[in-house]
Amino acid sequence: MPVEPLFRALSPAKNTVRIEFEGASLAVPAGVSLAAALLASGVTRTRESAVNGRSGAPFCMMGVCFECLVEVDGQANCQACLLPVRAGMRVHRQRGARDLLAGDQEMADE
Amino acid sequence: MQKTDVMIVGGGLVGLSIAYGMALLGRQVSVLDEGDDALRAARGNFGLLWVQGKGYGMSAYAQWTREAVALWPRFATALQADTGIDLHLRQPGGFQLCLSDEEMAEESRRLLWLRDAMHGDYPFELLDAEQLRVRLPGVGPTVVGACYSPMDGHINPLKLLRSLYTACRVRGVNIINGHRVSGIAQCAGGFELAAAGQRWYAGRVVLAAGLGNRELGAQLDMDIPVSPNRGQILVTERLKPFLHYPTTYVRQTDEGTVQLGDSHESAGLDDGTGSQVMATIAARAVRCFPRLGQVRLVRAWGALRVMSQDGYPIYEASRTCPGAVVVSCHSGVTLAAMHALRLAPWIDGERDDPAVSAFSLERFSPEVRHAG
Repeated sequence: MPVEPLFRALSPAKNTVRIEFEGASLAVPAGVSLAAALLASGVTRTRESAVNGRSGAPFCMMGVCFECLVEVDGQANCQACLLPVRAGMRVHRQRGARDLLAGDQEMADE
Repeated sequence: MQKTDVMIVGGGLVGLSIAYGMALLGRQVSVLDEGDDALRAARGNFGLLWVQGKGYGMSAYAQWTREAVALWPRFATALQADTGIDLHLRQPGGFQLCLSDEEMAEESRRLLWLRDAMHGDYPFELLDAEQLRVRLPGVGPTVVGACYSPMDGHINPLKLLRSLYTACRVRGVNIINGHRVSGIAQCAGGFELAAAGQRWYAGRVVLAAGLGNRELGAQLDMDIPVSPNRGQILVTERLKPFLHYPTTYVRQTDEGTVQLGDSHESAGLDDGTGSQVMATIAARAVRCFPRLGQVRLVRAWGALRVMSQDGYPIYEASRTCPGAVVVSCHSGVTLAAMHALRLAPWIDGERDDPAVSAFSLERFSPEVRHAG
């Protein structure tokens, strides 16, 4: 869970919004990407790799490395660096690959 | 001038498979490869080990392809022993999904021709929509049927390329990157090659330069009728395994992504992408598996197939330039095992292989050969 942040903001945030990460409520700077908000809050682990289970955290911050994958409001495999943070977001770590068949009973019953 | 016994021009799947096979025979092998600006089919392909439908109109190719997939387990085992890299070879059979009655009829007609040409030894099943949905859950309601063949399979093609590089180096092959061959000529008892200001002498030379073979072959007085055919591929986010068989339009990789593809375009040497073709590929994939409509795409690319005039491979041991061999094909993945374990011994002269002669340049009439 959030510890001492690795990064410091250049100036204090003018506005903050509240989001949830792994069930805990965080006050984060408004107007930044979700990845930046998580880093500023001391989140050092966002996903577990679908290929080998290795832990990862936001790295490239420009949509290329996929280390910042999180689940946002039930949507798996979101790139946190490409999403503006929004009040009320419920965020979970992306653990492994997305399960396409979960919560998909209508399709499965076809 | 640097010297080598065998010089292979082209460090893609075709060139490296042959280099590996010749290194296994104990030959001193060098590979000249272009830089990262090259057209590289080996970095853009789909990863199928595909048999069904290939060789329609030329049963020798159907036979050659079948023998290739039969050799694949031995080939993958040898590569893994040399490199420790698991290629994720899977041969569960594959499905060609059909989206119209016409497509189903055409695929069936070709497979029935092939079964006849192979004297009945050509296993496949034609499945109607209902049978297909039992075999492959999640198929969309507008798919009219499919052809299934137990002969088909798939691998991770990028791991294959990496594995071949590693295995070649382990076996002493000298891979020279960043050198585009600009000149090649016969000289006393061998060949002289010029690339990026340097020169090499080789006793024997194998042209495995993909689309570059046309220009290189011309320097050795051979007309090699190959031309580019562009395919585009879309790749999805990583998903837990849901598709346990390869299909021609959709394939889930060992690392969870799903590849969507099988477009065919004449676009010259442009290996880019275009939104219209990408939209068509995506729409077809969603028709095949409606669940994919909820899935994100993460990247796309184009790559150029190396197509011969008739679509079949070209294996030519030049008569006018003894020691020069041409290898051109568009199925560098499927045929990799055959190129390493069967074609390399033929190139080396160790084995006179009658199965290879069907793929000589002789089959192109002079009119065809001089048309381009």
